[in-house]
Amino acid sequence: MRSLDDRAHEAKDKKAAIGPDVDLDAYSLESPTHVDVKNLNLMPEADKEKMAFAGLDISEKERSGTYIQKDAFAIHSGSYQDGLEIIPIRKALKEMDWIQEYYWKLASVDTDKYTAQARLDLQNGYVIRALPGKKITLPAQACLYLDKEGFNQNVHNIIIAEEDSELHIISGCASASHVTRGLHVGISEFYVKKNAKLSFSMIHHWAEDVVVRPRSVGIVEKGGLFLSNYISMKPVKSVQSYPTIYLVGKGAVARSYSLLVGSPGSELDVGGRIYLRAKDTRAEIVSRAITNGGNIISRGDIVAEVPGVRGHLECHGLILNGGVMHAIPELKGMVDGVELSHEAAVGKIAQEEILYLMSRGLTEEEATATIVRGFLSVDIPDLPAPLKAEIDRAVDLSQKEVM
Amino acid sequence: MLLIEDLQVKLGNKKILKHLDLEILPGETHILFGPNGSGKTSLLMTIMGYPQYKVTGGKITFKGEDITHMTIDDRARLGIGMSYQRPPSIQGLKTRRIIEACSRDGVDVDALAKQMNFTDFLDRDINVGFSGGEIKRSELLQLMAQDADLALFDEPESGVDLENISLIGNTINALLQRDSGEQPCSAARQCEPAGPCKAVKSCEPTKSSKGETPFKTAGQPGMTRTKIGLIITHTGFILDYVTADKGLVLYNGVIAGKGHPAEIFKQIRKVGYKECARCAA
Repeated sequence: MRSLDDRAHEAKDKKAAIGPDVDLDAYSLESPTHVDVKNLNLMPEADKEKMAFAGLDISEKERSGTYIQKDAFAIHSGSYQDGLEIIPIRKALKEMDWIQEYYWKLASVDTDKYTAQARLDLQNGYVIRALPGKKITLPAQACLYLDKEGFNQNVHNIIIAEEDSELHIISGCASASHVTRGLHVGISEFYVKKNAKLSFSMIHHWAEDVVVRPRSVGIVEKGGLFLSNYISMKPVKSVQSYPTIYLVGKGAVARSYSLLVGSPGSELDVGGRIYLRAKDTRAEIVSRAITNGGNIISRGDIVAEVPGVRGHLECHGLILNGGVMHAIPELKGMVDGVELSHEAAVGKIAQEEILYLMSRGLTEEEATATIVRGFLSVDIPDLPAPLKAEIDRAVDLSQKEVM
Repeated sequence: MLLIEDLQVKLGNKKILKHLDLEILPGETHILFGPNGSGKTSLLMTIMGYPQYKVTGGKITFKGEDITHMTIDDRARLGIGMSYQRPPSIQGLKTRRIIEACSRDGVDVDALAKQMNFTDFLDRDINVGFSGGEIKRSELLQLMAQDADLALFDEPESGVDLENISLIGNTINALLQRDSGEQPCSAARQCEPAGPCKAVKSCEPTKSSKGETPFKTAGQPGMTRTKIGLIITHTGFILDYVTADKGLVLYNGVIAGKGHPAEIFKQIRKVGYKECARCAA
């Protein structure tokens, strides 16, 4: 059998199935050295501010642990709660045998040139694991930070919620204010074991000329719940992401929520795909996308492979100020006895709604902003209050900046 | 004071209001009657400032300002508010948020909602899945938060169950500074099939020192009533709860008749709008 490295080498020039192709040679893999930071408060103010936009709580008060990576270097990594492990992946690969049971077991190195490169030029990334039976109720946080102009960041993350555990992660990606150009490639593998509960909220806060290629795959065992949230509201050059989740145990549930804003020059091709492979599994994919002049492709795909499963897709888009909004919902039922549904809508804000709010004394701009804010407010079931507050805060901040 | 002179309004290519005149003095509440399609809602929407109602002639003055071409939000800030019959549903916008937005100087939303028995709805999306009666209570809550000086009510009793209609009536009275003990005005003792016989009380205006003719409120001695109300009703139920000074019949785009609200309503029931418009003119 060919080794993973061989397969990666062969896929080095393989274009992705979807999304604009990226010239990897146009970016640098040379990272400046960044030293460890013990006290997050001592980081430069500008960095702290950018990281806060991506959901990082510098005080760590409401967090169970933190991982921060600047360019290629893990500068902070630590867990403050019993039963929670946060380890830089390079360290895990060197010191822990068990990581081999998870590393590249869900994602394929030869998917495309981005996975190949992440295999061949791994810089770092995080392993976050909740041990069996441990309920980690405070969120763990991670931040992947681009500090060098034109840098190509390759990250590999492994997230494991062991049996009967509960784990909430807020993972932010941001770039320094002096960075305009960069490439972020992120491989993430999610393991939600029997009766475990994992929520993963990813907030992107990049710069206008940053290209992002996440490659995520998750698996959910019997009775497990995987809640995946993605927020990208800041201008970014291109994001192409189509995470896949496999529900393989009876009663497993996956829900995916995306909030997207496409600014002029931005190209967002974002979706979610869920395979229902066991009895009584359920899937929900919800996206709310607004284009202000950017191009947005909002994909969703639910595949039902066994009877007695249910899935629902909801894809709503608003065109506010030019741009293209392309909703592509797909449903595939492969046997009798499945229930799959979708609703998709692309439109504008109803004038009637604006006038209604104006008749309460709001200006036209205030009325529009209020309706847009409402559009982006999705009630996410099972999301703990601090995370909900964090998402609300991120949406509020970004909305103020973008609108 | 609201003064409408020779108002002509088009909706699309259709003339909706034709040379309409109307004056409502500070403290007065008028009831607007009229058959379906006569332009009642159009009149309210025009006063509120909805741009699809094009004013092709005439003038609207409120608080001494010509508001004929003022934007809808400027009118709201000047003190005009409306309770809609079928307001839009807005996904994701919490009722609490809109009530807060209505208030110019901050209002205790929870206390207001408690009064309207509406606490459970504050964290629901505005109007999404609300019943007819719930919409009315939500609309009145917003008007209370706004504390409008001119309140326009489009069929405030439609879709409201019998238990809640007195709550709606009392709230309208409070909004229009007509609360506490005052009985509906009537020229003669009236016995409506829908309600009990009401005591009779005439509503003569008392002259104020400013030369205008505000009313004294019965419940709050010494306080001068200034709020103006204009209420559309089809069923007339609201007359049992809300005291009003004048009834108006809108017919064919003009005010075709005026008189005591209860009398006019009685006439409409007896002879229909067409005849009533003619006899009351």
